[in-house]
Amino acid sequence: MINPLRSEAEAYRFLLLTVGYFAAIAIAALTLGKWAGLTMFALLTLAGLVYVTRGRRPELPRQAVASRRGRENERRILVIANETVGGGPLREEIRRRSEGYDEKVLVISPALNSPLRHWASDEDGARVQAQARLDTSLTRLREAGVDAKGEVGDAEPLQAMEDALRLFGADEIIISTHPEGRSHWLERGIVDSARERFAVPITHVVVDLEAEPEDVG
Amino acid sequence: MAVHAEAHHGPPIANQSSRVDSSTLGMLLFIASEIMLFGSFFTAYFFVRVVSGATAWPPHPFHLPVFVAGVNTIILLTSSFTMHWSLQAIKRGNRAGMQAGLVLTVALGLTFLLTQMREYSRVGFAPHDGGFGSTFYGLTGLHGAHVFVGLTLLTFATVRAFRGHFTPESHRGVEIPGIYWHFVDVMWIVVYTTVYIL
Repeated sequence: MINPLRSEAEAYRFLLLTVGYFAAIAIAALTLGKWAGLTMFALLTLAGLVYVTRGRRPELPRQAVASRRGRENERRILVIANETVGGGPLREEIRRRSEGYDEKVLVISPALNSPLRHWASDEDGARVQAQARLDTSLTRLREAGVDAKGEVGDAEPLQAMEDALRLFGADEIIISTHPEGRSHWLERGIVDSARERFAVPITHVVVDLEAEPEDVG
Repeated sequence: MAVHAEAHHGPPIANQSSRVDSSTLGMLLFIASEIMLFGSFFTAYFFVRVVSGATAWPPHPFHLPVFVAGVNTIILLTSSFTMHWSLQAIKRGNRAGMQAGLVLTVALGLTFLLTQMREYSRVGFAPHDGGFGSTFYGLTGLHGAHVFVGLTLLTFATVRAFRGHFTPESHRGVEIPGIYWHFVDVMWIVVYTTVYIL
């Protein structure tokens, strides 16, 4: 949905559109009568509503990645994973990616929440659950010899990645999801959207928890 | 290799979005509440207008100075243009342009407010003169109060502009009052069209 008051320039454009909108209604009403004015009002309002609700802003320009903060041989990997955060394939991918480097891994576990609880700002439970998943994952990564730390992120995975990138300055991102057909993230095109938005290499790892139930804490 | 979860005690850390700057988001929420406020006044206005059953509007013997208010509308719209010009100027590093734009915006806004006060003194009816008088003064007065607030914000921005604040990279102190000022102008377009024209 387009927000017409996001910046001064957009607010100014919105003002000009408002002038045109009311001028058209007033001219129709004054020259052709009140029913013409009402018709013009209905048509323009409908067109405006369709534009505002269905119009999509072009994707944000590729985000400048925060400059490297580490040493030359350091590899910074941002991992975004939800219920699959403790999965074996993900741990293996992190190990493979960081081989030969002094790795710094930041695992982000989005605080997934129901829409009702989201709108009620009731996210404490979701954050506690995300933290529990994260703790399990970090323990397993420690056992696998990976230097990792973790944070609970925004419920919206793209937002969580963007927030983390601003502070972490990752060299690459690993997105871990359920297999096709069971993953809400894949259904929503999160991986493709992330590739469009972020100017860092992105690897998609599929974790089938049903195939490895013992890995999930 | 050390592994550690970030230990945190107490309530969860506040999660701040990076998509919308917090000050911009604050202004948007404020404007949303303002829309609801104006909406309640418009509801009262249209209610009075519908239930009065008057064939002509405004009802006899009221008369509104449509032409003077129209000129005032042009003055306010011009002030939005100068506001936009001011911000575009500082974005291009033109400090003098920003200062001139802000001074002109404040001057035009002040002219609008003084003209409205003059209109009140000569319009020939008072807020207690029936439902029409109440809703007319309620709507235009509410808008006038917002113009006053906008002028206060713009005055601060103007003073800061002349004290050397704001750069092409950092000009939020002009941007936020600018959004507010355009919003005030949008509301006036709605008020002028519905109260004076239709």
